[in-house]
Amino acid sequence: MTTETLIWLIPLPPILAFFLIVLFTNKSKALSHTIGVGAAALSWLASMVVFFRAIGVEHLGEHPFESSLNWLPTGDTFLKIGVLIDPVGAAVLFFVSITIFMIFLYSVGYHNFGQPKGDHDVAGLPPHGATVEEHGRKHVVPSIEPMYSRFFAFLGLFAFGMYTLVVSDNLLTLFVGWEIMGLCSYLLIGFWYGKPSARNAAIKAFMTTRVGDVFMLLGIAFLYWATGTLSFREIFTEETLHILGTTMTPIFGLSAAGLIALLLFIGTVGKSAQWPLHVWLPDAMEGPTPVSAMIHAATMVSAGVYAVIRMFPLLTTDFNGHELTTAMSVVAFIGAFTALFAATIAVAQNDIKRVLAYSTISQLGFMIAALGIGAYVAAVFHLITHAFFKALLFLGSGSVIHGMEHGVLHTGNHETDPQNMFNMGGLRNKMPITFWTFLIGGFALSGFPILTAGFWSKDEILADAFGHGHMAVFITLAVAAFMTAFYTMRQITLTFLGEPRTKEAEHAQETPWTMTAPLVVLAFFAVTYGWVGIPEHFPLFGGLVPNWFHEFVGGTLAEHPEALEFNVVPLLTSLFVALGGLFFGWLAYRNVQTPAEDKFQIPVLKNKWYFDEAYDFLFVKPAYWFSETFVSAWMDKGVIDGILHTFGKVTQFLGDIIRNYFDLPVINRFFGDGTADATQWVGRNLRPIQTGRVQQYFMLALVIFIVVGAALYYLLLA
Amino acid sequence: MVPLSWYLILSAGLFSIGLFGVLTRRNAVAILLGVELMLNSVNVNLAAFWRYGDVTQMAGQVFAIIVFAVAAAEVAVGLALVISVYRKRNTVIADDIDLMKW
Repeated sequence: MTTETLIWLIPLPPILAFFLIVLFTNKSKALSHTIGVGAAALSWLASMVVFFRAIGVEHLGEHPFESSLNWLPTGDTFLKIGVLIDPVGAAVLFFVSITIFMIFLYSVGYHNFGQPKGDHDVAGLPPHGATVEEHGRKHVVPSIEPMYSRFFAFLGLFAFGMYTLVVSDNLLTLFVGWEIMGLCSYLLIGFWYGKPSARNAAIKAFMTTRVGDVFMLLGIAFLYWATGTLSFREIFTEETLHILGTTMTPIFGLSAAGLIALLLFIGTVGKSAQWPLHVWLPDAMEGPTPVSAMIHAATMVSAGVYAVIRMFPLLTTDFNGHELTTAMSVVAFIGAFTALFAATIAVAQNDIKRVLAYSTISQLGFMIAALGIGAYVAAVFHLITHAFFKALLFLGSGSVIHGMEHGVLHTGNHETDPQNMFNMGGLRNKMPITFWTFLIGGFALSGFPILTAGFWSKDEILADAFGHGHMAVFITLAVAAFMTAFYTMRQITLTFLGEPRTKEAEHAQETPWTMTAPLVVLAFFAVTYGWVGIPEHFPLFGGLVPNWFHEFVGGTLAEHPEALEFNVVPLLTSLFVALGGLFFGWLAYRNVQTPAEDKFQIPVLKNKWYFDEAYDFLFVKPAYWFSETFVSAWMDKGVIDGILHTFGKVTQFLGDIIRNYFDLPVINRFFGDGTADATQWVGRNLRPIQTGRVQQYFMLALVIFIVVGAALYYLLLA
Repeated sequence: MVPLSWYLILSAGLFSIGLFGVLTRRNAVAILLGVELMLNSVNVNLAAFWRYGDVTQMAGQVFAIIVFAVAAAEVAVGLALVISVYRKRNTVIADDIDLMKW
């Protein structure tokens, strides 16, 4: 099979799995997850084949795998649908397929496959546990998710959206995949729709990303209008970029290229949860944990960054290598600001998943900032390493929660929140695999030097920012990185170290192999993936392994970015922020037992800088007011209903007239009753001549005969 | 040879007598007799017109024979009705048999 055909086939298994599960196999949980995981495995296999063929090609950037066919006729031309795997696509495909496969596998264990049905579980709510009798003793064990099959169907659709987005060679199909994921994130965040909080979170996520998507669609429309094509390879030619770069728009003095890039970037702000559209992501933690990993690590949020990476040539049109263009400054500012801003919130969160949610926002900010300052390779590198260790952390947190729920079922005290870190502690002995993998993921997130992937990618971003003299970005990101290490260590300390703080934590249990195996696989990549991108001039380690990543991914761009000169300042900064953050995090939290002892529970951080409240006041309340007062009360009930009621009244009035002055007198009285009356009258008056006497009849017949005969005679003959 | 008009006058006279009988007699049998007279006056007409017209055309005679047949059938049915009514109601007076009215 040619590589191009194989690329076409990559997104298909998950969508087929979706339809198979929805239409045929949803009654059978075992069959459904077999199909779902099997489809993910097939896509993974195909992706691996494509990836290894791709790295074997010399100059893949100039001659990528591509294939397209005409799709929608638009007058003389066609909108094309097609696939494209260039170095960036291949690298992204690699991590996407692995994380998706692992998440599918993990979901089997997370949703308690093989456990009995719950005592009083209902569809739309998380399972509550089942009572079983063993050796004459009753005890409560986790129960299987009631909507198990549906979960795998949704995941399949989601995976289809992501694969479509990654392999597509144009903005249109990229946008299609983008929107499919938007739909799936809505469905999956609201998976436990029986919980009001999950419902609200789903709506919030959908609405917030919609804001970004509208602008993105505007950007796509503008791009199509300006160039007449949506195909990446056709847009990113020198002439097209030059034309776009020199066409001026009336908005902020931006060139067409800059404006389009910014519009598309707003889509990313929504999808990748950047400030100011970040508010949906923490709430999205209401979904099942595999969903959190799927949406917040491997796929959807990465899709936002991936879109900017794809649009990088557009964003950097006119970029001379030193002075940032307006569009790039905006991107860099939003990224850097988000990175710091989200990190400050993460410090004060107590929910294990919410910490990770804010950490994701912060790390995505790193990538966006890197793209904003033109550090293309560093951004892609961090995107990939982050996907591995953040998926690992999310799945690890799910494993922790699962273990805690086990403890909750054991004690029967449902008041204990299994997600609150202050209810945990000492889990390292209870859940060793989860602990060690979580530790690896956490250290990677913090950027623990040399060993972990996170160090290499984050260091590269910092080095890039420093090397090109973007000091503001450099300092912001360094502070954010310090806080990242700090809150990560806080999380690890509170969760795994020390002694159990509750009975539930004492009875926590390690999770089944379907959950731990993905952790181990992801932990492997969270460590080793960093080694493919070690800078050549790095002291001691540089040159041991060739900086394959830089060569490979850098080849995507028309102008291959040059490797940075080594500088000791960013290296020392990275070392200091990572180790310092970890150390202070451990120092500050090793003896903390209750939230009251936590010095960082500052109200403004705890309440996420009051963004939810501000948006509620600025947008939600006015929207309610607008819909209730203006739309509903005034427009709908006043104007529209008024017009309709007038129509009703006029019609009724006309009807009354017609009824009273035409229907009743003419039709009913005259024609209806009149005909009947006349017939009756004639009958009554003719009655006497029917005497029953045969001779009178004969006489009458004779008279009529004579009269008619005479009349005919005179009329016809005479 | 007797002129045609004589036959016609005879026929008209017979018809009128029959008609008068039908209209004035109270006895149902007598009414039937009147009807027979009227039919036969027609036969006289038919025969006369044949004889004074084109004798090679047999239509007049054939019609007369059909009228005989019809008259015979009519009398058979009529008398049967009269007898049947007489048995039920013990009368043959036409004016008394007036159940068929409003």
